[in-house]
Order: sequence, then structure tokens, then C-alpha cells
Amino acid sequence: MDTVTITLKKVPGLYLECESVTPDKFAGKNAEEIAALPCAEGKRNYVLGDWFEIAGAAGATAADTKIVVNGAGTDKCKYIGAWMTAGEVVVNGTADMFTGAWMEGGKLTVKGDVRSFSALQMKGGEFIIEGRAWNYLAAAYRGDWRGMQGGTIRVKGDVGSDLGTFMNGGTIIVEGNADIHVGTHAEGGTIIIKGKAHRRVGGQMVKGEIYVFGGCDVMMPGFKKIEEREIEVDGEKHVFNVFIGDLGERHPKSKGEVVYGHLYTLKE
Amino acid sequence: MTKCIKNVICTFCGTLCDDLEVDVSDDGKRIEQVRNACAIGAEKYLHVGNPGRVVVPRMRQADGTYKDVSYDEAIDFTAKTLLKAKKPLMYGWSSTNCEAIAEGNVLAEKIGGVVDNCATVCHGSSLLAIQDTGVPSCTLGEVKNRADRIIFWGCNPAHAHPRHMSRYSIFPRGFFSAKGQKGRKIICVDCRETDTAKVADHFVRIKQSYDYEVFDALRTLLRGEEIPDEVGGVPREKLQELIDICKGGRFVTLFFGMGLTHTLGRNHNIDAGINFIRDLNDYTKATLIAMRGHYNVTGAGQVLGWQYGYPFACDLSRLTTARHNPGETTSVDLLVRHEVDACMVIASDLAAHFPFEATRRMAHIPTITLDPHICMSTELSDLHIPVAIVGVEVGGCCYRMDNVPIDTRKVIDAPEGVLTDEEVFQRINKRVDELLAEAGCKDAAEYLEYLEKQEA
Amino acid sequence: MTEIIIKNGHVFDSVSGLKGEVADVCIKDGKIVESVGNGATVIDAAGKTVMAGAVDVHTHVAGPKVNLGRWYRPEDKFRLGERCSAKMGPNTHIEGGFSIPTVFKTGYEYARMGFAFLMEAAMPPLYARHVHEEIRDTPIQDEAALPVFGNNWFMFEYLKNGELDNAAAYVAWVLRQTKGYGIKCVNPGGSEAWGWGLNCMTVNDPVPYFEITPKEIIDGLIATNEHLKLPHSVHLHSNNLGNPGNYTTTLDSLKIAEGHKANNAFGRDTVLHHTHLQFHSYGGTTWADFESKAKEVMDYVNKQENITIDTGNVTLDETTTMTADGPFEYHLSALNHLKWANVDVELETAAGVVPYIYGKNVKVCEMQWAIGLEIALYAKDMMRTMITTDHPNAGPFTRYPRVYAWLMDKEYRDAELNGFKWSSKVIDATTLAEIDREISLYELSQMTRAAPAKVLGLGSTFGGLAPGMNANVAVYDINPDNMPKGIELENALAKAAYFFKDGVKCVENGVVLEANPVVKETYWVDAKVPENKQVLHDVSEKFLKYYSINLENYDVAHHYVPHPHVIEIEEA
Repeated sequence: MDTVTITLKKVPGLYLECESVTPDKFAGKNAEEIAALPCAEGKRNYVLGDWFEIAGAAGATAADTKIVVNGAGTDKCKYIGAWMTAGEVVVNGTADMFTGAWMEGGKLTVKGDVRSFSALQMKGGEFIIEGRAWNYLAAAYRGDWRGMQGGTIRVKGDVGSDLGTFMNGGTIIVEGNADIHVGTHAEGGTIIIKGKAHRRVGGQMVKGEIYVFGGCDVMMPGFKKIEEREIEVDGEKHVFNVFIGDLGERHPKSKGEVVYGHLYTLKE
Repeated sequence: MTKCIKNVICTFCGTLCDDLEVDVSDDGKRIEQVRNACAIGAEKYLHVGNPGRVVVPRMRQADGTYKDVSYDEAIDFTAKTLLKAKKPLMYGWSSTNCEAIAEGNVLAEKIGGVVDNCATVCHGSSLLAIQDTGVPSCTLGEVKNRADRIIFWGCNPAHAHPRHMSRYSIFPRGFFSAKGQKGRKIICVDCRETDTAKVADHFVRIKQSYDYEVFDALRTLLRGEEIPDEVGGVPREKLQELIDICKGGRFVTLFFGMGLTHTLGRNHNIDAGINFIRDLNDYTKATLIAMRGHYNVTGAGQVLGWQYGYPFACDLSRLTTARHNPGETTSVDLLVRHEVDACMVIASDLAAHFPFEATRRMAHIPTITLDPHICMSTELSDLHIPVAIVGVEVGGCCYRMDNVPIDTRKVIDAPEGVLTDEEVFQRINKRVDELLAEAGCKDAAEYLEYLEKQEA
Repeated sequence: MTEIIIKNGHVFDSVSGLKGEVADVCIKDGKIVESVGNGATVIDAAGKTVMAGAVDVHTHVAGPKVNLGRWYRPEDKFRLGERCSAKMGPNTHIEGGFSIPTVFKTGYEYARMGFAFLMEAAMPPLYARHVHEEIRDTPIQDEAALPVFGNNWFMFEYLKNGELDNAAAYVAWVLRQTKGYGIKCVNPGGSEAWGWGLNCMTVNDPVPYFEITPKEIIDGLIATNEHLKLPHSVHLHSNNLGNPGNYTTTLDSLKIAEGHKANNAFGRDTVLHHTHLQFHSYGGTTWADFESKAKEVMDYVNKQENITIDTGNVTLDETTTMTADGPFEYHLSALNHLKWANVDVELETAAGVVPYIYGKNVKVCEMQWAIGLEIALYAKDMMRTMITTDHPNAGPFTRYPRVYAWLMDKEYRDAELNGFKWSSKVIDATTLAEIDREISLYELSQMTRAAPAKVLGLGSTFGGLAPGMNANVAVYDINPDNMPKGIELENALAKAAYFFKDGVKCVENGVVLEANPVVKETYWVDAKVPENKQVLHDVSEKFLKYYSINLENYDVAHHYVPHPHVIEIEEA
């Protein structure tokens, strides 16, 4: 795997749209060619070379390409790793909105925080956030009922609101706490919150699994406890209270059985 | 002799009453009297004659004072400011007509602006919910003719839409509702006992920010499942009673306002409400209508919708694509995140309604306000362009809260020389075209590079 | 004095009787002429196909439900993760949306395919202003809109009482008020019943409270239409759309035309246009035993000469359904669980919107696709058969070239059919696999030009290339002596080599040249009737008591229609 290191030369005044910063766009290009890839700040069109020092060359394919993003101001860069299908991206800092959005494969690591709408409608790959994630992590795009489809996200810190809205598949592990609206409208997938979830967990959920180790401040009235069970989650074995819901929402039948969403809270 | 103009459309709130009678002086310059309007609507017409109207554009000076300038200077300044900015915000639009909005949106496409209307701090969250889950709705006349169950949830028309209850929702007698109020059961759900609650047959007081949970409880009950003894401060029996009242009706309409759109969870509250109404349709007929605020905030969304595909928060800054992502392309976020570098406020008062941080940012970047009145935004702007008042001094199309378009009427002349919003936008568009042509640039992106070269 | 000569193209035009003969088409001042002078601009069309500008007889491109679709489907501008909002040419506006394109994209895309006239197929009269605002902002295309009458309280009353004069006077009044073109009827009675959450499933189900049947409504509307001598016939979307076994309702509805005779001065010889017939040609009793009845329905259509139809071809895309058939949309959302929008309109109509995915691995969708093609291929009289996708209901209009190519190339459609997940089931339940017919370029010119123009009463100006007609001319990179197949044919039909609208070159090599290259007109019909005090009284009474706006604020003022083309009809 060949590594390209790009380092911001100055902090963008507004925000830089970096849709070109993915292994897919870099693949097969040398530093000069990468420097010529487009980016934009508002209506002003630039090339990556205007903003970044570029060192190294990409591999022949996306899968052979690793990108390291450095420098003060990465938190002013949007769309890093968005639509990536393979390869690796590491951001040594905080990344702005849409980081890893529509990601299909490869590995994306952000050492700082990610802002809202990251991993939007993610399809596959691995996404590690060492800081916290803001709102709408792995949610569906506005109006779409097809949220996260696959892949794995691990957040070391807390997450904001609207985590995994309309989630259909994949796994999200949050080691910290979650704000309101977790897995709203979910129809599949797994969300694991090691800390506490504030409120509105699994609202309008049709299908899928949500584990909240630290419990919820307010439970949704549409969830009903059915049993207690020992389950292994993310390598830890615990006894959980098992709820089904949201009973206010429609639920499909599979082989004659009604399918519900499941919410698990740690038994005290 | 005064002449009486009938069927005047009140350009105040989203109810867009169209039965006002306005007495106008012989010379067509003064409004003498207004009949049929609510107190707010009447004032909208009567205040026009008050002294102190701004009739020429005003430009901020180095010492902070305003100086009168010509429309030509104002339009040149606006065109240059918008062209020079990398990402200007064009916010407002809710108190002007669709003709001006259409012209203004095309300007935004040309100069690479973000177009956002007052829905962004009002029913934008309702629009997000509609995007997520649809909306079973109807016109206000349907409510008048058929509805026998009215729910006001988180709204207070007694104060915000004063004639709503008499024209459409509580009192009117319609085709299938000949008994008027007597044939209707009125339910008010709120965390406070408002004046609307006082005229309701049933007042359900819920704990603030528990709307989502209460809707979920109602939906769960409707499916015959169990809920806890109390949800959001409301006993289960009371919620069951609410369900029984709704199911016992032939036609249910739910009206909702800021109490749902701007409390915890915002769009999710509306989403849950929409789905409650959807579910009720399995048992009876049920609809819901957003209590839109400004008289043409709905129209601002309609025009933007047919031109660029989104109801608000439309980012045209890349010049080649239109994007919409509330939370990112919404005015408050853009200002607070320092994502825009110029601002144009049109027919709305940004400074009076936005969070302090957003307003502070607006005050720090070049700002132009287009408004007939002196308002907080004009006082924080670099340029104030006065215009004729829509529905009073100029007509034009406006959309009611149920999306019904109504052609507003002109009742008196604007002060001499004062342009309309539409004319101002036409002239800015023309000036932008001239500036691009003079510089030999095909678009605003090239123009920015041209400016940078000029400076270098 | 602009003169243009399009030289040496293969011209397909039933109006001038050309079936691919090499000929020149001459244009002067926006009209087709016999000849032009030596100074005329020459367009070389050698080895290319030349046709008149196309006419869409049924499409939903402007108005409240269309815009509601745009509002609530931002994801339609973000298709499969790719942005579907782009500036396609240096001089044109940003074009957004896939299934519900913006007005700019609508005008430009139709122009690229060679269209000149669009009929917005459902205008709620109370929302007419909205329809006209969008029409005004849609570039290039001449347009008209059909107000809906099939669930109108006034019409229920007049038709139930057999008051034909009153019905006619009321329709004429509404056309004038709304700047409308003719009589549209959607789910007669059913959308009013929907006001109470009910529906009318057959032509004999009485409308709740109003006690009139759909059959009486359709019959009365046809009589009213011919009494007024309107250019277009009654335009019908019959009851029971989209349900297995509905073809009997369709036949019952079509048969109502049997007692009627066309009466107009526009060259129209039919009295009933049944739209999107594909959705109405289903056999079986459930989705499990669902089968095609296209042959049965088309056998009737072929022999009943005073009716016309359009197909409503399914394009196998993710699209957005929208119709004044309110109850249908509610039931559809209960099937696919996608977001349901509904707007009931006081005294007049209803509407619903639901996204829908016509999946290539869903048996019902594959069947619907086959049925739509069967309908076109069973047609005997191409002057009574038009191709539509009921945009956007069965698919976006931008897929017309693909539908044309399926109809014109058996191999292309069979490849699709055989590639289906349920292809053997579809082959069993339909007859598509047995049909060898391929629609010719000449037949295509009838189905997409001459026929729709004729049924709309516009046959003297649209749909043909005879001298005196509007100079709407499409030139395609199709050499009939070396016919392209499949995807190549589709691409050639999607991007005209040239398109002239009213003699102005609007498209070259598939690129729209200017944002608003030509003045577009809005057509509406002003039918004169004797003064009718009863109707005027009824109108003022109903507005006073039941409408939510005042009568004086109902009329669509002329400034909404800046370039009107008014068709005036003398008193009956």
C-alpha cells in the first residue's frame, strides 16, 4: 500500500469541500496529479495543491492507496473519505461534515472528532472515530428511508442526536453516551452504546437491535419488556433486559411471526 | 370621498384572509379604514401612513450612520457584494410575493448564494418530517365543510392566527358541518393553558418536550398495545379518551405549531404526529395542517421547490448544483459556523429572530437588507433598500398555510420612487450580468478569480 | 424574417404523408412553409430522421402535487448516492431531480427529446394559480392544463339532475377562471368519497351523500364536453386503478362512450380519452394470480372508434406516484410503506403522492412493464394510441426513449424480459413474448405527434410538418436505412441532433442552447355559453358558504399567463 500525505498549508476562511480526498480519486496518480484534483470554497474553485502540501504517490488502485491528512484546519474540511470504496484514510485531527458519508469500503480513521452527517448512508467499510461524533452519524440523507446499510463504525467518545436514523444494516459502537433519537425509524442493523442514551431510543423502530449499557433517561412508551437474557456484546458478556418495540409502529411478519425491534438495557 | 376596496387579502399571517375591506382616500394614497381584519391585520394596513417611512436606500458610513443613496448606487453595491463573496446567504423571503422570490432565486443561482427562508426557524422541522414520512393533509375548506374533530397541538391560533378559528376550524358552518362549533369536538394539547385551550372542549396538558413520547403512546394504544400508566404527565385513561374521541369522529384535523416544531426533537415530533394521523386513517378520515406563520413563507418554499427542488435551505454556491441539507445549509448553522461571508436579508427580520451568535456573525459580514420597514436587521446592515409593501402597495402571488395560492391586491400607491422587491431583483440581476460581461467572465466563479488577479 | 431549411432528412410525418422519404423541411417566421429563399440557414439532415415536435398528451409536470413531490423527496435529487442536480450547459439553469424534475429540467429534457407541447393532466381549480406559475417558469414547452371535474360538487348536482346547460355553463366558467383547457376526470366519485376515507370501485358505486354513480358522471361529462364543442375529448382516469381484476371496470367505463358522437370544429372525431391504460388492464383477483388483460381491453379499444388511449408504460425505475386518485395513493402506501402525502381539495378533488420502486426483481412490476408494452403493440390504429409513462407515475418522462426503443426493437425488449427474476412467470401471465411486432418510425411519429395533437384538437398546428403548422421540428441521429438498435436507438431519441421550437433552434447535439430560447405559450379554452343566471347564483352561493376563499379571488388573473394562446369557441 502506498501512502500519500497531504498537509494543509493554511486554515480555510470558510470551509473547503474535499470530495477529491479519497483513495478512489487519488488512485494511480502522482503528487502532481493529485495536486490538480479539484476542491472548492464556496463558489471559488481551487485545486488541492492550492491548499495542501502533497507528499508521496498513490497506489495503482484505491485498495493500494493510503491517505494521511495533516495540518491545522482539517476541521474546516468537508467530505473527506466520502464515497470511498477501498484503501485507507487517516485524519490526524478533527474532520468536518460528511466525513465518510456514502462510504462503501476501506478503512477511515479520524483521530479527533467528526462533525454532523458523517458516515451518512454508509454501505460498507470500517470507520473509527477516536474523538466524538456530532449529530446524524450514520443517518439517512434527508427524505431517504435507506439509512446505513452495512459496515462498522466505532466512536470512542460521545455521539450527538439522530444516531443511525433509518438504519437498515451494519454496526455502530459508541463507547461514550448518546444524545436523543437513537435508531429512529430503524429497520435493521445494530447499535451498541456503552454509556447512556438520553431519550427517544428506538422510536418508530420497525426492526433492528439497540444495546444501551447505561440505560435511557426516558424509555419510549411503545417498548415492552419480554425477558432477561445473557448476551455477548462487543466481546463483553452481560445480562440484559430485553424489550420489543416500537409497538406504536407497523411491524412486518416473517414466517408467520411478527418481527419487532429489540432494545437491550443492562440489568442492574 | 373614499372608495372601498373589497376582497382584499391580508398579508400578515399564513391564514391569508381574503375578505378584508379597505377604505382608501380619493387620491389612492391613504388608507382610511380597514374592516374584517384582526387587530394585527388591520394594523398592517393602517400603519402604512405613519410618519418615518424610509423611501430611499440608506448606506452605512464609516462613522456608523446611514446616508441616503440612490437606488442605482444601492443596486451596484449589492451586485458587487454578492459577486465578491465566496458564499453569500440570501435569507428571508417570507413577506414578499412569489414573483420577487422567483427573480431573487435566479439571482442566487447566478451569484452562487444559499437561499433560505423563514421556515428555517419556523416550520422547517415540519418540512423535514414531511420529507421523512409524508403528510396526509387537506385544504382549510375541507376542514370547514367536514371536520368534526379538531386538535390544536402546540399552537395557539387565538393569538398567532386570530381569525383561523372563526374562518376554518372551530366556528364555521360548512356543507357537512351545518351545526358549526356545536358539531365539533375541540381538543387542545399543550404544556400551557393558552387562550386556545380555554375555548377547547378537552385540554390535555402534557409535560414540556414529551410530545414525541405522547404521540408514540397514542399510536401504541391505537394498535391495542399496552402503555405505562402515565406518559408525559398524561394518565393512560386520558390518552385512551383522546383516541376514542378521534375514532368516534368522521373527520379529524390536527393543527400544529411552534410547540411541536421547536421543542426537543423538533422534526421527530411532527413525524410522530403525522404517523398518528396516518394511523387514524385506518379507522376514520384524518388530516393535519401546519400553522405556517408569515403570510408567504409557504410561497417562498413553493417557488424554490419548482425552480431548484427544495422547500428551503438550498445551497447554490457551487453554481453547478443545488444542494439541501438542513443542519448544514440552514441560515443559523451557516452563520454560527462562519460558513458564509456576506448576507442579504429579504423581507424578513433576521436579527430579531435568530440566536445571538448568528446575528452577531451577520453584523460582522457585509449585509444588505431589503425591507419596507426599519427593523433590527436594517439597523445591523451595511445597506438598507426600502421597497413597496406587498398586499398593500403592490399585489402578487402568495401561498396560504395549506398551500393554496392567492393573488394579493394592491390598495394604495407606494411612496413615489419606491421600487418593488421584484423590480429591485430585476435590476440587481441586470447589474450582475453587466459586471460579468465587463470582466469577460462566464460565471461568478471566474469573476472571483478575476477580482483576485485585479487585486494582485 | 428568419428562414431555415432542414435538408435531405428522412421525414416521418402522417400529416404530410411522408413515411421516411428524403425531403426538405422549410421554416419561415416560426411556421412551416413550402419553400424558402437562397439565404435560408441550411441544416444538413442527410442520414437523419426528421419529425414534427412531439406532443405529450398526459403528464404531471406542474402544480401542487408535483411540487409536493419535489419538496418531500430531496433524495430524488440525490439518486443512488450521486447528485442528480447539475448544470448541463453553459447558458441554462441548474437542472434537478430524477422522477420529479424541476421546471427547468422539465422544459430542457423535453426539448432534448424533441417535444414542443405538454398537457398537464390534472389541475385542481383552487390551485390553478400554482399550476400556471410553474408553467410560466417551464422553458420552451407550450403547455396547457386540464382542470379536474370528476369529483366536483357542482357537476354532481347538475349531472344528477340532467341539467346539461348548467353543467356546460359551469365548465365554461371554470375553464375561464382557471385558464384551463378541457375536462379531466379522475376516479369519478371516488376522490369525493375519499373525503370520508371511502372510494368508488365500480362504475355503479354511488358517491356517498351525492348519490350519483361514476357511470352517470362520465356519461354527463362526455355530453357536456360535446355540448361545449371543446377541442379535447373528456380525459378519463377511470375507477379502480391499479387493482387486480380491474379490467372489467375499465371496459364498463369505455363502453359509456358508445352512445356519444364527437361534436367540434377542431378535427377531433373521438369522445373519450382513457389515460394510462396499463394501470387499468389487470386480470386476476389478487396480486398472486394477477395477469394481463391487455389483449381484452385493446380488442375493445381497436373496434370502438370514438375512443383514444395512452399507455402508461412502466419504465422499471424508482419513481414518485402522484394522482388525484386520493384513495389509491393511501392503499399504495399501505403496500410499500413509503411516505404518504395527501391533499384533499374542498368541493373539487383530492390528490396523493407516494414514492414507488418498480423493481426488476418484483413480479408485479415486471408484469406491469409487460402489460404497458402489450397495450401499444396490440393497437391497430396508431392515431388513437399514444405512448406515455403517465409521468411520473409509471416512470419519469425522461425514459420515453427507452420505452420507444423497447417497442421498436423486439430483441431489446426480449432481453429485458428474459433478464427478469420472474421472467417465466411474466411470460406465462402475459403475451408479450409471443408478440413480434416492432413499431416503425412512422408509427412512432403518429403515436407521439399526430395522434396526441389530433385528440387535443391541435391537429392543425402541432404534430405535423405541413405548411402553415408551427415550426416545431426534431432531427434525430437515426438513419432509417441503417436503423440503430437497442441502446443506440434509445440514445439517439434521447438527445435530438437539432430541435426547433417555433422556428428557433433550441437544441443542438442534445445541448439546450439558451435558458429561455423562445417564447412559450399557455393554451386555454374560452368556450362561450349563453348567460346562465342559475349557475352564477350557485357559484356565488357555494363560495359564500363552502369555499375557504372569496369568489372574487378565484379567477386566475392574466398576469399568471403572460403568453396566452386562447382558443375561443363560439356559443353552442
